[in-house]
Amino acid sequence: MVEQIAQHVMEVHGEAWTIKELFTLPNEYIYWSIQIVMYPFMTGLVAGAFVLSSLYHVFGVEKLKEIARFSLVFSFALLPVAMMPLMMHLQQPLRGIHVMMTPHFTSAIAAFGIVFSTYACIVATELWLVYRKHFVQSALELKAKQNPGLVDKFRRLVFTALTLGAWDISHEAIEKDHKACKIMAGIGIPVACFLHGYAGFIFGSVKANALWMTPLMPVIFICSAVVSGVALCILCYVVVQEFRKFLAKRKLARWANDSDAPTVEELEGAKHMEVMLSSNYLLYFMMAALTLEILDLIFRGYTQVKSWDILREVIMERDFVKIFVMQYGIGNVLPFLMMALPGRTVRRTTIATVLVLFGVFMMRYNVVIGGQAFSLSFAGFMDYHLPIIPHSIETFKEGLGGALAVIATPFILFYFINKFLPAFLKEESTH
Amino acid sequence: MKSHVWRPLYVVIALVVGLLVFRFFYVPHDFGSGKRGFMYSFHRLSNEAEWKEQPAKYGTTGRERMHEYCSACHGAVVKVRSENFHGIIPCEDCHGPAMNHPEAPEKLNIDRSRELCLRCHTNLPYTTSERKRIPGIDPKGHNPGEQCVKCHNPHNPKLEDMK
Amino acid sequence: MDRRDFLKKCVMVVAGASVPLSALTLVDPRKVLAANPDIQWAFLVDTNKCAGCGFCVKACKTENDIPLDANVTRTWVERYVYTKDDRRYVDSPKGALNGFTESRIDLGKGEFKEIDPKNVGKAFFVPKLCNHCTTPPCTQVCPVGATYKTDDGVVLVDRKWCIGCGYCIMACPYAARFFHPVLKVADKCTFCYHRLSKGLQSACVNACPFGARRMGNIHDPNDPITQIIMNERVGVLKDEFGTKPQAFYIGLAQEVR
Repeated sequence: MVEQIAQHVMEVHGEAWTIKELFTLPNEYIYWSIQIVMYPFMTGLVAGAFVLSSLYHVFGVEKLKEIARFSLVFSFALLPVAMMPLMMHLQQPLRGIHVMMTPHFTSAIAAFGIVFSTYACIVATELWLVYRKHFVQSALELKAKQNPGLVDKFRRLVFTALTLGAWDISHEAIEKDHKACKIMAGIGIPVACFLHGYAGFIFGSVKANALWMTPLMPVIFICSAVVSGVALCILCYVVVQEFRKFLAKRKLARWANDSDAPTVEELEGAKHMEVMLSSNYLLYFMMAALTLEILDLIFRGYTQVKSWDILREVIMERDFVKIFVMQYGIGNVLPFLMMALPGRTVRRTTIATVLVLFGVFMMRYNVVIGGQAFSLSFAGFMDYHLPIIPHSIETFKEGLGGALAVIATPFILFYFINKFLPAFLKEESTH
Repeated sequence: MKSHVWRPLYVVIALVVGLLVFRFFYVPHDFGSGKRGFMYSFHRLSNEAEWKEQPAKYGTTGRERMHEYCSACHGAVVKVRSENFHGIIPCEDCHGPAMNHPEAPEKLNIDRSRELCLRCHTNLPYTTSERKRIPGIDPKGHNPGEQCVKCHNPHNPKLEDMK
Repeated sequence: MDRRDFLKKCVMVVAGASVPLSALTLVDPRKVLAANPDIQWAFLVDTNKCAGCGFCVKACKTENDIPLDANVTRTWVERYVYTKDDRRYVDSPKGALNGFTESRIDLGKGEFKEIDPKNVGKAFFVPKLCNHCTTPPCTQVCPVGATYKTDDGVVLVDRKWCIGCGYCIMACPYAARFFHPVLKVADKCTFCYHRLSKGLQSACVNACPFGARRMGNIHDPNDPITQIIMNERVGVLKDEFGTKPQAFYIGLAQEVR
């Protein structure tokens, strides 16, 4: 079937990965494919990472200090990536700016440009407040340097620009920074929740789609967003700390030779404490997300409205493995037990976070693709086949290649951002 | 406002102003809402005219103004047709869109294919639909592969008048 | 629109509404346009008259430059076959571009079902197209204002402004929208807006030999279409979505969705 379709001279959008069964309307295809799965997944990670960092900044959970700073930088690296799947999905990517130019506010997508930019500004401001001292110090240090090379000149320029001309790093000025930072983080939490809640609204408000249309959708999306964000932060934090431990042991990195460099034991201790505490928050949000999802399912099954016949066939039969085995079983129950059962270790928690991330991804997949798995005629089905080997730009963008590009980008960005905003900067000043 | 912590705000304000200036030049000035309000008719108003200006391909040979366009020149044929069962079929369904005929194209591209006739004359056992009133054949049994127009005259399809 | 234009239009609408309507016996868009600026285009489908020839689909695709071999279409015809043992089969191969020239039902995935003619109970054809809803969810969700409802009731897409996000396609309960395979923007039935404004009937109405498709001005009480909609039992598709469709159907069955 797929081969036959590929031979068509005029391939329409969606035809390459949709297999239709029984009676589907002629124009029905899986128009929203893997990139739209990636979109809520990535915005979820952004929002979740930010919420984790705010736990420290706003509520003063002092023990989360190190992971908070890491999550903040990481959520900044994730920011452009939340937009990337949308741009890759658009049929007219060059016109993407129209969302900012003529926003039609009765559309859930129209607010995206504005909410997203607001949120980006908040995260950037918070980062500036946290790192201003570092910018000033680095700029001064580079200025004092004799015979600076080209790289140093460039770095000096960047750091000088980053200070925004605020060179005062007296104790009072830094105190002001901390206070402002706290306020920004406070504003940031509702904006982060809004950013992601309305990603849920984009789906929940589509009245034509029987699976999507539920007022619970935004709330489910927020909870699972926090779950995925916290899980990713824990995972990355453990990986980075392991790497630092490795460097500290072998004295490979420049910082490892400093007199005040953290020892292997210090790193191990910090990691253990941070992971244990954040995984508690992970558990709370998982419970909330799972409760809501199950509630939604039970409600649909109990009320049995017109669409239930076809929904039941999709949920209970066609997508059973994807929903109950992969999403709920491997992605929710198993990691929940791994973290909730006594004798929890960092290693067990780390494996659990990988499973949690998988579970949240499957949830997005089952919502976005599952919502298009049945025809509007309620008499036919559509099966999604992820294009793995692309035969055109479209099958690359909306295929495995595009999805992997989206996943890889935040890590690449994090590497470069980390050059100017070191996520593991030692901070001696107190709050 | 003297404090340095406000500086990011100045950057944001500068960005917003820049964006608004860009928007002023980028967005067509006729963007607005029609009488159905912002929710249903927020659009570039000149687009309506763009749609109206699209050229039409088919003339008026349809049921509502039967064969008006064609009879000006092809009156005799149209008359024969109009008196027959096939009189209800618009000329352009088989002869193709008139566009600017007779200037361009000078000759229309007539679809004489068997498939065209089979659209209506395939026998389907649907007694409750309009199809039941149309004489139908089994495409696999009735001279398969042959063009119907070899034996039947589409302008006068009466079997008793057959050549 | 500036204030002057707006006021001018207002005066036109008020004046138009107060003009006594001449009795139009035949729907002639040209006369309708001249006589009455207050127009609300509506579509009427008589499913009893449809024979499933698919000339409407072919004419629509030709008129509106939708590639014939592309598997998307602005209008299509569905075939419903009920067997005597109470099974239902529905199909619309290629949107009925080439009509229904086979008795077997297309089940998708390259599978077909031949139904014993003796077992066929009722069977009929249903033409479908954009309903040009009064409260169209597709225009509501467009993030950039690239799709809209005109004052005379037609839902259009601005091909120069559409970003191709597909939200309107998702929001339409009737699957009337799709991505144009060449232009890469959302596309849909326009009621042949260019033809209407030239005083012509839409391509599908023009092409239908059986009079199963008709169009008229529902704000004109003397319009034959309005008369039918007012006096006969007509239905609309999926009214539960609150979209207030402007395509009316005679002879709808419960299973037609």
